[in-house]
Amino acid sequence: MRISDYQYADIIHRCFRCGYCKFPADWSDVTNCPAYARHRMESWSSGGRLWLIRAWVTGEIEWSPYLAEIVYACTACRNCVEKCPLPIADNIVNMVVAARSEMVERGLLPPAVRDVLTRVQQRGNPFGLPAKKRGEWAEDLRVEKFSGQDYLLYIGADGSYDSRAQQAATALVRLLEKAGVSFGILGKNEADDGNDVAFMGEEGLADYLMEQTIARFRELGVKQVITLSPHALYAFTAQYPRLGGDFQAYHYTQVLSGQLRTGALPTPQSGGLRVTYHDPCFLGRWSNEYKAPRKVLGAIGGLQLAEMERNRKSSLCCGGGSGNCYTDLLGGSEESPARIRIRQAAETGAGILATACPNCLVLLEDAVRAEGLDDKLDVRDICEVFCQASGIPL
Amino acid sequence: MDAVYRALVDIVGSDYVSVQPEDLFTYSKDLGTSEPGKPDYVAAPKTTGAVSRILKLANEHKTPVIPLGGGMSLAGLALPLKGGIILDLKRMDRILELNEKGRYVVVEAGASHGKLTSYLHKHAPRLMHSEPGAPPAATIGGNLAIHGQGDLAHPYGFNSDMIAGMEVVLPTGEICRIGSCAMGEKWYTLHPLPDLSLFLGWNGSTGIITKVSLKLYPCKKIREMDIFCVEDENLVPEILYELTHAGMAGDLVAMSSKLPPYSDRLHMISIALSEDSRQEMEFKRQILFDTHLAKYIREGTGGISMAGRDVERPMVSKASDWKKGGGFEYVGAILPVTDYPECYRRGAAISAAHDIPYTVLGRVIGAGHAMMFSWSYAFNRADEQSIAQARKALHETDDLVMELGGTIWKPAVYGQKLLLEKMDANTLQMMKKVKTMLDPNAIMNPGHWEVD
Ligand SMILES: Cc1cc2nc3c(=O)[nH]c(=O)nc-3n(C[C@H](O)[C@H](O)[C@H](O)COP(=O)(O)OP(=O)(O)OC[C@H]3O[C@@H](n4cnc5c(N)ncnc54)[C@H](O)[C@@H]3O)c2cc1C
Ligand code: SF4
Ligand code: SF4
Repeated sequence: MRISDYQYADIIHRCFRCGYCKFPADWSDVTNCPAYARHRMESWSSGGRLWLIRAWVTGEIEWSPYLAEIVYACTACRNCVEKCPLPIADNIVNMVVAARSEMVERGLLPPAVRDVLTRVQQRGNPFGLPAKKRGEWAEDLRVEKFSGQDYLLYIGADGSYDSRAQQAATALVRLLEKAGVSFGILGKNEADDGNDVAFMGEEGLADYLMEQTIARFRELGVKQVITLSPHALYAFTAQYPRLGGDFQAYHYTQVLSGQLRTGALPTPQSGGLRVTYHDPCFLGRWSNEYKAPRKVLGAIGGLQLAEMERNRKSSLCCGGGSGNCYTDLLGGSEESPARIRIRQAAETGAGILATACPNCLVLLEDAVRAEGLDDKLDVRDICEVFCQASGIPL
Repeated sequence: MDAVYRALVDIVGSDYVSVQPEDLFTYSKDLGTSEPGKPDYVAAPKTTGAVSRILKLANEHKTPVIPLGGGMSLAGLALPLKGGIILDLKRMDRILELNEKGRYVVVEAGASHGKLTSYLHKHAPRLMHSEPGAPPAATIGGNLAIHGQGDLAHPYGFNSDMIAGMEVVLPTGEICRIGSCAMGEKWYTLHPLPDLSLFLGWNGSTGIITKVSLKLYPCKKIREMDIFCVEDENLVPEILYELTHAGMAGDLVAMSSKLPPYSDRLHMISIALSEDSRQEMEFKRQILFDTHLAKYIREGTGGISMAGRDVERPMVSKASDWKKGGGFEYVGAILPVTDYPECYRRGAAISAAHDIPYTVLGRVIGAGHAMMFSWSYAFNRADEQSIAQARKALHETDDLVMELGGTIWKPAVYGQKLLLEKMDANTLQMMKKVKTMLDPNAIMNPGHWEVD
């Protein structure tokens, strides 16, 4: 079947399949595309995927569940965009997402993807948990509901529902309080930010979610948002303006680094922690924020930051982007990206692997256990590391 | 599932074997203009032992085996012409030993050139290997299997002249070592034992290279590129003679291309210079420009168009976008340096006849002992006619090389045929004997270097 109105039909053939996109910035290996690193077969690389999409679009090959898996296994980590030397670079992820949209339209989805989208559609979150339970994580914390404070703290689905990410959300609340930031949350009235849904190619649902959030923010007079998740940050800054969203959004590390600068947040002592930092794709490559998280970590006295070889623009994705955190299409192997990343982190000799994204946090923590390294390496969100160093009980 | 599939799963694990139509599709095509050739299986082994078992299996079933590295050779050299198992060797990518003072590194053959360069940069910054201008995903083994050349071609020759040992798996599955490593664990030299390097330049049709000891060379702190430009192509050989006499450059490449428009009909001779200090660098420049090339500058027939440019990884892939079509392929050929003017004129004419912007490039090999020429033809992958036209231009260029008495480098099947037709009968018979002796069931990359 030929897909006659595929949005990128006029450029998708311009991928040469030359494989620059597999590398990190220092060219140290072909394994910086997480999907390719997991499978090590050409179809799973950026070039292979683009050629397969083109073949599907032109009718040269038929759709199959395997094709759909290949298309959905791209985590939208953007490593390829950084490395591809051709003018198509900026559109590589768009081409994949457009293929997903075609699959969504035709109902041709991997079951795991379909289930996630169904859950978001029905319950407003990828876990399929009741919407009314969204605010439960904060009940004991006595966090104020948003009612015109300076900032709305947007927690997102992971921080609201996932028990591990909830710990990070809790730490963040405590830190913002300590820094004297005026903020409130939405609790059960928070809706999905739509970022992963958009990257999964379900534009209609994504737009609906985004419009819902915009309307709610408008109704409440939200002007500034702090996000726990870089995925929400990216949606708010890059996608919402298209739909009329007119508020400022910041990742929490950006706000905390500001509070550290003004002295509103006191700098704690760590007692010699050795920490490595994993740049989340949606904070780093998508939002170009590499400094703020390092400033926050760097403010902890005595903390040694031991960078992994692949850091900043070369960070290896944990494998969780664009819904893969929920569908786990790259899981189940020693070569799952999160497990590779844990081994890279362990090489630094750090005792803590810090990150600043609930998706990364959850996947990396699972991976540290799978690698049997949980007694040597703690996976923490930056706000947890900061709280611990500050003696804030969690 | 059939017996071969089950056996492959047993050898490399189910994650690394595929008979999925999508994978067979992906591996049936390469970057150039070749017709697709579909494999029946794809397998990605991790160890030499696994390669050996797969070759034994393939002999049992008389199934072709096609080794694949980066798949960057452009000429359909790793596309199955008769089905069979594609062996994607890129998981065999470990760097096994660096002997810094002994100036060699032992790597698995599926390691990419990008990886090795990066590794040396970090662990032995005073050493380098000769990296081809290919995309960095090109592998060490694949490059040797086609006699590639890299950025040390001028001082040291073909990349396949720079090896100090090899491990290979013979088509019948035996694992063999060649060079000093055949007698123990020291991988420092290929010579002086009887020459058994029957795997270089054979496109994998005599066996699979699994480990290589590569010679390393001094890498200086400052690496820069100067460009000397002339309008008259007839001057290029004598200028290269001067430059190779001086013997101060790392890489010498003469190039002319229609795009960008300002470069049309100019000949840019890029001179890679490297030294540990500015002082040495300036001394070299003085010798080169004030002595060897001064005459051309004085006459006004040549000039320095750029000096001190940083040496960056080449991005030749950009040529694939000249027709906004994701494709280009080149004919490579080894010819004397003196043939540059003719190679340029005739190549540009072929390009013009096919409405393709010309790029003619020649890299000096050795002290001017030969030049690797390439004539590149961009095409639009989405337009069959454009592909056919590039293919025609490539074939005409192959014919041109033969007419000029050249030797086509990494020839596609069409070029291989031309070479074999012209080859001395006794040499042909010797090739046949080598092939038949090593590969009795003719399973290795069949269709390549086949002597009737
Ligand atoms: C933009 C561009 C620029 C290029 N510039 C250069 C250049 O400057 N110099 C240069 O030398 N080349 C150049 N090339 C050609 C080619 O990319 C390189 O020679 C490359 O190193 C080939 O390696 P590969 O791993 O991609 O080989 P492949 O294409 O995978 O394989 C080449 C051949 O070797 C066989 N083979 C692969 N691995 C093995 C093995 N381990 N044992 C036995 N047989 C094997 C294959 O079956 C095939 O026949 C260029 C290509 C491109 C696209
Ligand atoms: S995406 Fe870019 S770098 Fe990757 S294979 Fe395609 S053209 Fe090459
Ligand atoms: S976005 Fe990331 S996962 Fe997707 S193809 Fe590019 S490098 Fe691979």
